[in-house]
Amino acid sequence: MLRVIVRRLLQLVVTLIALSALIFIWLRNLPGGPVDALLGERATPETRALLTKALGYDQPIHVQYGKFMQRILTGDFGNSIRTGDPVIEVIGRAFPATFELALAAMVIAVGLGIPLGYLAARWRGRSLDHLTVVGTLLGISIPIFFLGYLLKDVFTQNIHWFPPSGRVGIGLDNTNITGFFVLDGLLTREFDAAADALWHLILPALTLATIPLAVIVRMTRASVLDVLNEDYVRTAEAKGLRHRTIRKRHILRNALLPVVTTIGLQTGALLSGAVLTEKVYNWGGLGTLITDSITGSRDYPVLQALILLAAFVFVVVNLLVDLSYAFIDPRVRVR
Amino acid sequence: MTEPTTQAGTPAPRRKDERPGGGNLNRLGDRKKARLEELARASSGKGGVSLFRDALRRLRRNPAAIVGATIIGLFVLVAIFAPLIAPHDPVQRFDELTSKLAADNIPGPTDGFPLGSDELGRDLLSRLIYGSRQTLFVGVLATLIGLAIGVLFGAIAGAFGGWVDNILMRVTDVMLALPALLLAITLVALASRSSQWTVIMAVAIVNVPIFARLLRGSMLAQRESDHVLAARALGVKQRSIVLRHMLPNAMTAVIVQATLTLSVAIIEAASLSFLGLGDPDRDRAEWGAMLGDAGVRYFEVRPELAYYPALAIIVVALGFTLLGEAMREAIDPKNRR
Amino acid sequence: MSLLDVRDLSVVFQRRGEQPFTAVDKVSFTVEPGQTVGLVGESGCGKSVTSLAIMGLLPKRGNKVDGEVLFDGTDLLKLRRDDMRDRRGRDIGMIFQDPLSSLNPVIPIGVQVAEVLERHQGRDRKQALREARELLDAVGIPDPDRRLKEYPHQISGGMRQRALIAIALACKPRLLIADEPTTALDVTIQAQILTLLKQLVDDTGTALIMITHDLGVVAGLCDTVNVLYGGKVVERARRHELFAQPRHPYTHGLLNSVPRLDSIRGERLHAIRGSVADNIPWGEGCAFAPRCDNVVDACLEGPPPLEPTATGGDLRCNNPVSEEVAVP
Repeated sequence: MLRVIVRRLLQLVVTLIALSALIFIWLRNLPGGPVDALLGERATPETRALLTKALGYDQPIHVQYGKFMQRILTGDFGNSIRTGDPVIEVIGRAFPATFELALAAMVIAVGLGIPLGYLAARWRGRSLDHLTVVGTLLGISIPIFFLGYLLKDVFTQNIHWFPPSGRVGIGLDNTNITGFFVLDGLLTREFDAAADALWHLILPALTLATIPLAVIVRMTRASVLDVLNEDYVRTAEAKGLRHRTIRKRHILRNALLPVVTTIGLQTGALLSGAVLTEKVYNWGGLGTLITDSITGSRDYPVLQALILLAAFVFVVVNLLVDLSYAFIDPRVRVR
Repeated sequence: MTEPTTQAGTPAPRRKDERPGGGNLNRLGDRKKARLEELARASSGKGGVSLFRDALRRLRRNPAAIVGATIIGLFVLVAIFAPLIAPHDPVQRFDELTSKLAADNIPGPTDGFPLGSDELGRDLLSRLIYGSRQTLFVGVLATLIGLAIGVLFGAIAGAFGGWVDNILMRVTDVMLALPALLLAITLVALASRSSQWTVIMAVAIVNVPIFARLLRGSMLAQRESDHVLAARALGVKQRSIVLRHMLPNAMTAVIVQATLTLSVAIIEAASLSFLGLGDPDRDRAEWGAMLGDAGVRYFEVRPELAYYPALAIIVVALGFTLLGEAMREAIDPKNRR
Repeated sequence: MSLLDVRDLSVVFQRRGEQPFTAVDKVSFTVEPGQTVGLVGESGCGKSVTSLAIMGLLPKRGNKVDGEVLFDGTDLLKLRRDDMRDRRGRDIGMIFQDPLSSLNPVIPIGVQVAEVLERHQGRDRKQALREARELLDAVGIPDPDRRLKEYPHQISGGMRQRALIAIALACKPRLLIADEPTTALDVTIQAQILTLLKQLVDDTGTALIMITHDLGVVAGLCDTVNVLYGGKVVERARRHELFAQPRHPYTHGLLNSVPRLDSIRGERLHAIRGSVADNIPWGEGCAFAPRCDNVVDACLEGPPPLEPTATGGDLRCNNPVSEEVAVP
């Protein structure tokens, strides 16, 4: 068990190092690289050379990379070209917004997806099942940014249920402690602020939840259908166990094992989707930061750090999921 | 008295002669004959292609597959015959439309322009019809390039194993460490300026590791399988085992994945356009660009600019997904009967 | 009164777009308290479906069950679903063919035994586990304390089947249904499990319905044997009569296809020719006719009736095997 963990951790480190090296080398060797980004295309060769030297870009690439890795390990990702602020601060400011959004989306996707998938499987071939199957197919076929605009149009323009964009309403004094606005509101007992933040969160979270929700529903449905055919469910029925017990202990306990892996993989969909969703709802998080750092002049230090962060989060989450698997499935345990 | 079973042309089972009951036994013989003929029909063509034919038969009975195939068929037909179907040149700006363009107004349906104007005074319907071409082009090319590179990776890894496999798989690990759209964004961002080709290549590369892993997995599974072991035992050369036995079988799964990828590719291309990383050529009509760029930009002025290309994308994506999943179901040995 | 009285039980499977298929066709038989009754036949003869119908375990949709299943005078088929749930595991226990797939892979053995006791005997988990330990001990599982905490994949096939037997007998049911309980096991283990079953039903006075295709199992265990073919009982006899004098050509064929230690060297083993797929529908005659050596005209004119025999059994045949040509 321990050996598996160590091996996976090593693999993770290797993957991240390789990724960072690739991005680092690539970014520095492209036309329109960081120097151009800073100076614009009309700068004289002299200023360009000066800046190149100042930034250390004249040194051999492996030296640059070594220094880069050194700085990264101390948490120094350089400064944003756009604002001049340290990258780590820029990201730190935007992180809670995205985390809050992604968490809300995941809560929706899992909280709605598993019951829906289970019910669809139990009532296979009936109208709820058909509806679910068609709904999830649509969910994975619709570009989510379009869905975002659609929801925004219906719920903010036609019927004014939700605010159109942003994280807080105008005129609400919001005390910022953690950066998670809903949590902040609760901590400071400003419940109107918490409610307002939650209010702003719903539509973006729904939009972002679309794909994970569809995937989790489909996976749960398929998995429950498989389990329903298993002999041990028949044994449980033959024992005369209560419906509740059979559902919880014998069907879901087994059917959710593959769903757990799926949930881990959906972190990817959340990270990708956040970029789109945040743009639709003007949500000042990491996704917006990515969009800002690639459109117009490119903010390479920020972009680089964001890509590494995304890869880190995605890989670590999936590693945790795989490891947790060993604890929830006794067949994987100690071998 | 006749011997009924031999009369039916069966290899008669060992049985004692002289049995009571003449005429009725002929009925038995007829039943046997009918059953045998049925069996013969069912097993005819049981050879190398029978599994494929089997899958095809199951596919034809699946309504989801039929709907999917019909959608794709129509989509391809529209793309091919776009110049014949479209009422106007998709690039031409019409004075009668441009004259009515304003910051808060994009003209809707008028005489000769059934869906109205786009944001530059061009015929929206013609652009949608021509858009099928570019969308098909982007989707198919991105998928094919991704498939080609991925299959090459996967085949090499699967055929050689060992350190080659190890290195190639670590490379895919790195690529898979980034969620799809983020990888595509990164790739486009790495190119100095975006074009239609950066979009195609970005979407293609995102799919490389998926195809590579799929093919490798399938080939590894086959290396241990009976028919490959049998071929090896017969002294068939390694190269021909890989090319003749392992690759064709593994390709079934790859083709299914490619069908599913087509839908993802079209949506990903649209997402890139939405993020401002799409094809900057505004003359070219492509659904993803129409939706992701002008569609959402003018959503409050005239949402139809988004609705139509979005609907087109959803329907086509649905078509590929339906067909792809029906195919996957059809080749799944679990569903074989 | 019989413990179990199955009267004219029929199960018809009806899938949309397919021909209805009669899996069980007016089957009747009784089980007396403490008795062991065999249901014997090839796969597809309806023996497992019969047992699932008795237990109320057939899928909710796609089938139609007719007839009566009187357990202690109550028709189980007419019970409300929850009432049947109360009886399963308490009054009737069941063990299945494949012990590995019949146990939940992610739950410890102990809990799987204990949960029946919790459900029907109102025990709390601790008490139930203590009793589960006794049960595992009683079915001959060594080191039961350790096994309680282990998972199905960690124990051997024979032990798994013992655990399933422990589950089925946990609440001391009056009837146990065993559906091919030894088919998936090694031959050496088969005998152990059968001995255990025999000992347990003898000790507890539980009646047993043994479903099997294996006449060897029947020979060692059953008091009465029902031979099923194509969903109908074709012969019913007490064990000794059946083995001494099989009357139905199908039973005769089954017996002849069992290898015997006392057979003359070089003598061929007789297989029944053809397969179940050759059957004709009972409506048109005797389903076995196409495979039968004794077939006569009457066999194709309509289904032969089930008629009492001189030895106290029942037989459904127009031209039974006569005593002279009985078992060589």
